[in-house]
Amino acid sequence: MSFDIDFKKQFTGDGGRSFELAIRFCTEARRTVIYGPSGAGKSLTLQAIAGLLKPDEGTIRCGGQALFDSTARIDVPARGRGLGYLFQDYALFPHLNVRQNVGFGLRRGWLNPSRRHAAEAVDRWLQAFELEAVAGQRPHQLSGGQRQRTALARALVNEPRALLLDEPFSALDPALRTRMRDELDALLARIGIPMLMITHDPDDLTRFGEQQLLLQDGRIA
Amino acid sequence: MSEAWIPLLLSLKVAGWATGLNLVLGTAVGLLLARRRFPGRELLDSLLTLPMVLPPTVLGYYLLVVVGKRGWLGAWLNEHFGIQLIFTWQGAVVAATIVAFPLVMKSARTAFEGVEPQLENAGRVLGLGEAALFFRVTLPLAWRGVLAGVLLAFARALGEFGATLMVAGSIPGRTQTLSIAIYEAVQAGQDDEANALVLIVSITCVLVLVLASRLVGGSTRK
Repeated sequence: MSFDIDFKKQFTGDGGRSFELAIRFCTEARRTVIYGPSGAGKSLTLQAIAGLLKPDEGTIRCGGQALFDSTARIDVPARGRGLGYLFQDYALFPHLNVRQNVGFGLRRGWLNPSRRHAAEAVDRWLQAFELEAVAGQRPHQLSGGQRQRTALARALVNEPRALLLDEPFSALDPALRTRMRDELDALLARIGIPMLMITHDPDDLTRFGEQQLLLQDGRIA
Repeated sequence: MSEAWIPLLLSLKVAGWATGLNLVLGTAVGLLLARRRFPGRELLDSLLTLPMVLPPTVLGYYLLVVVGKRGWLGAWLNEHFGIQLIFTWQGAVVAATIVAFPLVMKSARTAFEGVEPQLENAGRVLGLGEAALFFRVTLPLAWRGVLAGVLLAFARALGEFGATLMVAGSIPGRTQTLSIAIYEAVQAGQDDEANALVLIVSITCVLVLVLASRLVGGSTRK
């Protein structure tokens, strides 16, 4: 499992201010952390890898497969990239309960999973993250830690080939942050899915950065 | 009293069709304006909002120019499909649809803009196509606002007078809708009939407004 990334994307903001994202890196590590200050282009990089942002040119390869290649005109849509994504604010669906959120990606078609949606994989992840007691609750009723676990379970239930994490602990208070860091560490060791994390927190870098990359002004240093 | 039902039923038919058409068209255009960035987006919004502020007679005149017998669309429809919109209830539907359209489009746009784009991105990474995303994430989070607009559009279409009169005329039993029947009744000095019709319209509109404000209020509650 590897990421082989080399792409460019030009942004022109209001008032003619322009910003160029020129990302180039290659990693074979199971845990890669991209570290950088806010505004450096970390989230944009992660979005491009996930297929939520289309680069102007370049290639994005994951595990040898081209997800994006401007010369070969390949652009696999986000839904077909098989990547798990943990959003900074978790982006849990507010109109669905925990069980429906977790089972969301398993259900195809135009209807959401039912409130008592039963799937073996959903039950397994609810149990693994100790979410059974709150399975019927909506995201706004959950604690910060439960929200993060729900978001993780939702991403993992689809069996992604890699996990993309966007500032996973920034929404948590310091005490909980330490605990959730331990939890994620243990989880990653157990499930063995490679991860790519972006963060501006040096503690995340030392803890998870098997391979460490520094991102500044849209470029990997 | 029994003849009071004829314009009422006609009005319900016209307003029903206009509402149904606007549910689809207004929602689609509202979604387009909320989610796609393209040159002339705000201009399109303003142009499509015009029917709300233009005098109904001006709108009716434009409609006559476009869908009238010699209008470019009217002539084409007549030649290829044998459809005539002038002095028909279908013409009244067209007038009511255009007049009420901005109400659905505006509320739909606001409602869709209130849906966090990140939630749609979450749906995409979880494997959803764009259509499934709309029905499973976007619409469930925006339906209250959309429906409130649709209800207002229904009330507006039900009360439509000016443009309808110019396009469809006032043929009793065929194009004489409730609002036009009220006008005719007052002109003819039939106060009892006017009273009954006015009461029907007023009650319907109050009910619709109450329902619409409940829906909008509910969407801001956590």
